Amino acid sequence: MELKSKCPTGPIEQQWQKHKAEMKLVNPANKRKYHIIIVGSGLAGGSAAATLGELGYNVSCFCYQDSARRAHSIAAQGGINASKNYQNDGDSTYRLFYDTVKGGDFRARESNVYRLAEVSTNIIDQCVAQGVPFAREYGGTLSNRSFGGAQVSRTFYARGQTGQQLLLGAYQALQRQVGLGQVKMYPRSEMIDLVVVDGRARGIITRDMVTGKIESHVGDAVILATGGYGNVFYLSTNAKGCNATAIWRAYRKGAGFANPCYTQIHPTCIPVSGDHQSKLTLMSESLRNDGRIWVPKKKGDTRKPDQIPEDERDYYLERKYPSYGNLAPRDISSRAAKQACDDGRGVGPGGLGVYLDFADSIKRLGKKVIEERYGNLFEMYERITDEDPYKVPMRIYPAIHYTMGGLWVDYNLMSTIPGLHVLGEANFSDHGANRLGASALMQGLADGYFVIPYTIADYLAQLKGPKIDTSHAEFKKAEAEANERIKRLLSIKGKRTVDSFHKQLGKVMWDKCGMARTDAGLREALALIPQIREEFWKNVTVLGSGDELNQSLEKAGRVADFLELGELLCRDALERDESCGGHFREEHQTEDGEALRNDEKFCHAAVWEFQGDGKPPKRNVEPLEFEFVHLQQRSYK
Amino acid sequence: MNLTLRVWRQKNRNDAGRFVTYEAPGISPDMSFLEMLDIVNERLIEKGEEPIAFDHDCREGICGMCGLVINGVAHGQRRATTTCQLHMRSFSDGNTIVIEPWRATAFPIIKDLVVDRSAFDRIVSAGGFISAPTGSAVDGNAILVPKDDAEMAMDAAACIGCAACVAACPNASAMLFVSAKVSHLGHLPQGQPERYDRVQKMIAQMDAEGFGACTNIGECEAACPKEIKLLNIGRMNRDFIRASTAAKG
Ligand SMILES: Cc1cc2nc3c(=O)[nH]c(=O)nc-3n(C[C@H](O)[C@H](O)[C@H](O)COP(=O)(O)OP(=O)(O)OC[C@H]3O[C@@H](n4cnc5c(N)ncnc54)[C@H](O)[C@@H]3O)c2cc1C
Ligand code: FES
Repeated sequence: MELKSKCPTGPIEQQWQKHKAEMKLVNPANKRKYHIIIVGSGLAGGSAAATLGELGYNVSCFCYQDSARRAHSIAAQGGINASKNYQNDGDSTYRLFYDTVKGGDFRARESNVYRLAEVSTNIIDQCVAQGVPFAREYGGTLSNRSFGGAQVSRTFYARGQTGQQLLLGAYQALQRQVGLGQVKMYPRSEMIDLVVVDGRARGIITRDMVTGKIESHVGDAVILATGGYGNVFYLSTNAKGCNATAIWRAYRKGAGFANPCYTQIHPTCIPVSGDHQSKLTLMSESLRNDGRIWVPKKKGDTRKPDQIPEDERDYYLERKYPSYGNLAPRDISSRAAKQACDDGRGVGPGGLGVYLDFADSIKRLGKKVIEERYGNLFEMYERITDEDPYKVPMRIYPAIHYTMGGLWVDYNLMSTIPGLHVLGEANFSDHGANRLGASALMQGLADGYFVIPYTIADYLAQLKGPKIDTSHAEFKKAEAEANERIKRLLSIKGKRTVDSFHKQLGKVMWDKCGMARTDAGLREALALIPQIREEFWKNVTVLGSGDELNQSLEKAGRVADFLELGELLCRDALERDESCGGHFREEHQTEDGEALRNDEKFCHAAVWEFQGDGKPPKRNVEPLEFEFVHLQQRSYK
Repeated sequence: MNLTLRVWRQKNRNDAGRFVTYEAPGISPDMSFLEMLDIVNERLIEKGEEPIAFDHDCREGICGMCGLVINGVAHGQRRATTTCQLHMRSFSDGNTIVIEPWRATAFPIIKDLVVDRSAFDRIVSAGGFISAPTGSAVDGNAILVPKDDAEMAMDAAACIGCAACVAACPNASAMLFVSAKVSHLGHLPQGQPERYDRVQKMIAQMDAEGFGACTNIGECEAACPKEIKLLNIGRMNRDFIRASTAAKG
């Protein structure tokens, strides 16, 4: 597998400009002759579909929900970063770039990250023009808040519904193109395979989730913007339908999968309430602007929080990281919460929780201000837990939230399969081993609005060879395989439900490959997962038929893929014998329990190559070079 | 808790459909409504019966995918709550719960509790946007928006497109949904150039989709999980009248 990053050279501030000037263009009259397939309508896919439609390309866009507007980007709460420096607090493109590289624990490509920081300001302008109702100051200018891992205030927001508002902006732009006939939208359609012809991505196979029909779609290029794979852990902050099928099928067809073990655990989620739990709910990081995190100093302290006097509380983030305090990055805050709970000082049922307390802020700012900032989050919390966070501190615990790993892409966002581009959370590009808050929305929109429109033209302009259609043998073969797989799932008629397998896998993943990982634990997981997978294919039951709406069948296909991906994730975690960012190997930590990198051996992206069923995948590496930011031990003290 | 469910089952669009009764023993008050249905479905599958199909995704009240009529009320009794955010502690041991899909001519039933809401997307395609092609924007702070206007725009923009308003309305009108978008964009300076064109196009499409007319009953506002206000409808009507009179010259 050849891993050419295609990063431009020269001064980093000029690289993207230079690259843009050198890329080939498609002339306006020719654009309509190209057909682009986009899977995903979230911030990444939606913004790409709208923009490519505006440019005049012929676009087909797919999503599994009943409307493009429901992609999981809708659930993002806290905000989106941009180095506008509207606060005059010393922000700049360089600082955002630096914070992101450092936040990612020096495991991302410098050129990509710099470009991201550079276009971040265009994103805000674009969203304002679309009518995104960002929070404003009395003078009418845009407001900002702070997020973890930064000492400037650069996060733009729309109450606690930033993702919703940004997505509605992209969705409206997309629906406008649908109305104009530039984009054809296929909701309730699930991509179940990628079609590669003569080494190039030429189309996809989908299942119409209403009629069950297996369909082929052919195009000149394929874009996957299908989001993250956090649901491999079963319980996560992702939506129930979030899945890895699209990227996993692409991996099986030859796309390199980079750093699958880089998963992010978000420190502030509502703790699990019982076995019935179907998903976890995030409480936005923005709450850490005004909330203080603490646990009792004493082990096993069962007093009510208001009975615990100030000097018997341990505000452990403020204590350990005085300069960042409650805004320490996510990986660090999550581990600190785990340590407090492991130490027997956790609160709530089972001792798996820490307090996030707003009493001081309410005293200082008044309830009204807090309500204005976080009203909807407080309400959400109250609904789930039946406790009023204006009166009682919230109880929170870390949960799987985001996946930094994903399909490997070069600087042009193209995977190792020519013609297959990957955007948003589905790729591995910008966040290294840990993503900073409010940077995923930025990356999704950067990829879709401002990067892919340029880089895809460069690909299409050089495309040669005959047009093909869906009667091509590769399409027929992929259709037959898809039908065969569905038939197989329906014919097992075993004894266990799909969900029971998903939960079983999730438990192994969380226990052995969650917040802390060890050599022994990962080896156990690598022994267990194939067993679960084997039983799945013998003993799962999927009722109903393939030619109708069948939610069990949809789930079964996704879980079958998670059962393969889970294994790769653990394998990657085992091979990466260092700690970095969200990947914490207990064997490698500093004296005070921080992640200890091994730059000599692991300053690279690990890119996995599929070798066929039953054969171990091949690990390739893309070395990372740090020319502009010096490699150093991350410190937030 | 032990509950009895009466659930609408319908094989497909053409099937007549009927209520089926299920017993749901051992439900915890901490479960969400959808987690309760998950449990019922797991038990059905174990017995070899097809699970109940229902739409859902985010399960945190923001994607707008879920939507059930629970005991005759869209999203259930609790104010300002989506079905996925409703918890079983709102019910008591021994309750019978009747569960139905959204019912409206413009929303054909696909299966059981799943309906086709694509009419909403077509209304947005008709005009529910600001035309601002990528790359054409000026600096964000070049457009000043008074805080109050931004807040009012945001109040309307909070709509999640779940369509509870239509399900709750005796006329199956979509006026609250359409007016929320008209208000959101109409409150902002960026939305002014297309303001009157937008309202006309969206309303024309809404009529074409077969939604009913608004007769000021207010059930939509009561059912809305995001508390979108009826006054948006008044605002939309004013814009519509202004647009129509301007068009006539
Ligand atoms: C609760 C929550 C809060 C967050 N808050 C923030 C925040 O405040 N700031 C921030 O920067 N980031 C935040 N994030 C992260 C951020 O929201 C996501 O990383 C980002 O929105 C992902 O966008 P995307 O376009 O890549 O994918 P998504 O929005 O997940 O879209 C995926 C799309 O792909 C489609 N799809 C998936 N699989 C298939 C398939 N097989 N076939 C067809 N279609 C398919 C889906 O239908 C959907 O349209 C948050 C995430 C969560 C879960
Ligand atoms: S499932 Fe998303 S709003 Fe209920």
